[in-house]
Amino acid sequence: MKFFAFIVVLFTGALLIYGTVDMPDWGDPGSAPNSHVSPRYIEKTLEETATPNAVTSVLADYRGYDTLGETTVIFTAGVVCIMLLRRFR
Amino acid sequence: MHYAVKEVQVKERYPDVTIETVCRLLIPPIQLFGLYVIAHGHYSPGGGFQGGCILGASFIMMFIAYDIGEVKRRMREKLNTILCATGVLIYAGIGILCLVLGANYLDYGILHQILPAYPAKARALGTFGIEIGVGITVMSVMISIFLNIGTAGEHEGEPE
Repeated sequence: MKFFAFIVVLFTGALLIYGTVDMPDWGDPGSAPNSHVSPRYIEKTLEETATPNAVTSVLADYRGYDTLGETTVIFTAGVVCIMLLRRFR
Repeated sequence: MHYAVKEVQVKERYPDVTIETVCRLLIPPIQLFGLYVIAHGHYSPGGGFQGGCILGASFIMMFIAYDIGEVKRRMREKLNTILCATGVLIYAGIGILCLVLGANYLDYGILHQILPAYPAKARALGTFGIEIGVGITVMSVMISIFLNIGTAGEHEGEPE
């Protein structure tokens, strides 16, 4: 059973490494995020959100739904910690 | 269910004038700095996650320098657990508010109808609102996790 699990892990890892072959190079200026998405955010941030810090505006405004999920993850971690550990006498 | 958890010996508290005085002096500036990091996230590195972590760290410092009772006296467990959920509620509530006013979920631009600001500024204010929610949640979750892991879940009977 352990050997089977090892094979599954090995296979999944090989699949993930195979998936990275297609990714653009690190910092490639011609890749899709660097040629469309980042310039759009950097140019329009101040005009659209009145926030000088582009990181904050992307995190909380453009990708606000993602941050809601992150906050829920933290909340869930806290609740699970209470449920598993807290002992009431 | 609890067979894996051994009985935890809660040691006596050893008062130390130096540590207590230093913490008494340091904790208010740390909390003020946490609030600054949350509020100044629009203009400098920072935001809800980082500021909430700093606020939680100040309580953890109090936990280390004093004892559990001191932390629970200043931040009651019930209040702390309620605050955990309040932060997420503020975040989701602002999203629902945008929905009610007629825009997409978490589309803060529509908040200019109820806030005295032009739409772009309303977006900044909506962002600030959710940062506050994130900060509250992160702070109380940090305190809660530290309390529960540090005492293996047995921190009752402490003076409140």
